Amino acid sequence: MKLNELKPGKIAIINNVNGKGLLRRRLLEMGLTPKTKVLCRKVAPMGDPIELYVRSYVLTLRKDDAKMIDIEEIQ
Amino acid sequence: MTTIALIGNQNSGKTTLFNALTGSNQHVGNFPGVTVEQKKGKIKKHTSFEVVDLPGIYSLSPYTMEEIVAIDYLLDEKPDIILNIVDATNIERNLYLTMQLIELQIPMIIALNMMDEVISSGNCIDIEGLEKQLGTRVIPISAYKEEGIEDLIESIIELSKNPLTKKIDLCHGEIHKAIHSISHLIEDNAKNIDYPVKYCATKVIEDDEKTIKRLNLDENQLHIIHHIIENMEQKEGTDKDVALVEMRYNEIERICSLTVFKEQETTEQIRSEKIDKILTHKYLGIPIFIVIMLLVFFLTFNVLGEPLQNLLEQFVDFVTASIIDLLESYHVASWLISLLQDGVFTGVGSVLSFLPLIVILFFFLSILEDSGYMARVAFVMDKMLRKIGLSGKSFVPMLIGFGCSVPAIMATRTLSSQRDRKMTIILTPFMSCSAKLPIYGMIISAFFSTKAAFAMITIYLIGIFTAIVSALLLKATVFPGDPVPFVMELPAYRIPTLKSVLIHMWEKAKDFIKKAFTIIFLASMLIWFLQSFNFQFEMVADSSQSILAFLGAKISWLFKPLGFDDWRLSTALITGITAKESVVSTLSVLTNTTTAVALNQSLQGLLNPASAFAFLTFTVLYMPCVAAFAASKRELQSLKEAILIAIFQTGMAYIFAFIVYRICLLMI
Repeated sequence: MKLNELKPGKIAIINNVNGKGLLRRRLLEMGLTPKTKVLCRKVAPMGDPIELYVRSYVLTLRKDDAKMIDIEEIQ
Repeated sequence: MTTIALIGNQNSGKTTLFNALTGSNQHVGNFPGVTVEQKKGKIKKHTSFEVVDLPGIYSLSPYTMEEIVAIDYLLDEKPDIILNIVDATNIERNLYLTMQLIELQIPMIIALNMMDEVISSGNCIDIEGLEKQLGTRVIPISAYKEEGIEDLIESIIELSKNPLTKKIDLCHGEIHKAIHSISHLIEDNAKNIDYPVKYCATKVIEDDEKTIKRLNLDENQLHIIHHIIENMEQKEGTDKDVALVEMRYNEIERICSLTVFKEQETTEQIRSEKIDKILTHKYLGIPIFIVIMLLVFFLTFNVLGEPLQNLLEQFVDFVTASIIDLLESYHVASWLISLLQDGVFTGVGSVLSFLPLIVILFFFLSILEDSGYMARVAFVMDKMLRKIGLSGKSFVPMLIGFGCSVPAIMATRTLSSQRDRKMTIILTPFMSCSAKLPIYGMIISAFFSTKAAFAMITIYLIGIFTAIVSALLLKATVFPGDPVPFVMELPAYRIPTLKSVLIHMWEKAKDFIKKAFTIIFLASMLIWFLQSFNFQFEMVADSSQSILAFLGAKISWLFKPLGFDDWRLSTALITGITAKESVVSTLSVLTNTTTAVALNQSLQGLLNPASAFAFLTFTVLYMPCVAAFAASKRELQSLKEAILIAIFQTGMAYIFAFIVYRICLLMI
């Protein structure tokens, strides 16, 4: 499953961050590393971007970028 | 002089701390060669300590212009002390930058901000434990409440007397071995350019071209490094990028598990989630945003701006009249009186007339920014702007453009990417500003009085449409590539401090007066001169004999394809560059009309409905007034770019006015 498919209110564990270059590193550096828990809190009014809760802070990500992150839903 | 580099994540309270440390002893400049703002200030009562405010960044990767500036400053300017501000309520991600800063081997102090929020929420951080783990002093503070600032200053002074960096190794495993092997290998190269070796080693692993080039590594070294990295990746079972980031986060997690005792989210975070249930609500989010912006607009341009502008105008008029009276009583030469009255005071007046708008607008904008709402605007509006190659953050400056381009262009400073900033500066003037309303009023009442509302809406839509077309054009040519990815934090809502709002307001006002005064002033004087003299340098009684009228006549043929080639119209367009509303006054002077009805009649002689609409289109789109031009020169730090942009805008105006004229001819 990809992070952009995570429904609001659901929690998942990151398996892998795909993609390449600086964007991938930025995603990692913002704390989206493998084995990290993420909660999807919300989708923006126009359907994109999404709002995540990760490492005790709130992060927004475009669905296109979230697509690069493999996750496993846990609850 | 001891130099202290203040560095931290965005939203960590860095600006608030900078203000608390330096008070009003601030200088705003730029980092050499780039348009990133640099603030410097001396610490209150300890003026031999200078704080340099580095851009708010999340890591030392060369990802944005701000990060490159910060890295270059730390490596090349070699500050004596790094003051790293860390948001205690969001400590894990904030410490990521700290981990990288430690590699620089520069004496460092950590200001652990928002500790008051941590404690009041029933959570706790073991400060001594954290100091031991990180090998640096950690001072708990609240920049907002100005608590702990004295302690912080004391420990800065202490550290400056005894500048030590403790060597601690914050890594382990295979990546640790790789860093150490590479460090050994490149030690001499790093010493040659006086860079910290461990920092270089991680940059080499990250494949950072700039560092690798500077280190001047030979073939053999590169080959060995390649081998070391490959070996490490194989043993770790992951690639080098993940390995490096994970190494730092693993260490952070270990440190936090020992020192951070967190029962629950902070009160502020819980409150923010509740506020966002409304402000970024699926259906309410956008209407609420529109209402907030309308309110800001209404208050700025109507309730507060207009009376203040009128008051200032009366004041300037009063001063002008008194001085002119005085001069006349001494029988001073009439050209000098005209120079003062129509050149100097008109110039000063037009500069000052922007001031109330700027001050009031930035009062509201800093509240929206400091409270955390701007980040939500970007979140809500992002999808719309992405289609034209921008991000949600550009929405607010563009919206302000409907009021006035000057503060709108100044507001682009909050955009984090240079590319987005430039594009926004180019597009904002296409949003029809309020100074153009008198022109619309004039033309519409003369030609389209039966369809006034429709004509008005069409004009605004033409502006927006041109902006979209220009954005797509620019995206395809001048600014290729993707917009900076939108990986943005939504900070917790906080009540802004009056102090930081006032400082921000004051800075914008000062900035505008200082930078815009010369350009606006010179332009007004030039127009005055051209309008009042003929080629024999004699003052003319009738401005139709002036140099300006001659120039207007000279270029009027240019507008023939657009349907209006009367010299009076082209002359009015030239004066419109000083201030858009002058188009109306110039036209009434040149057509010798004193009443609106008479002006209507003479306009009907000059234009037909099709060319009138082309004229309108041209006035909406062509280069903005000198004040806006000055603002864009200031923000871009380049006269050349500002001129190029003005040419681009005028070019777009010409093309669109031509198209509109042809379409109108077919329809009418």
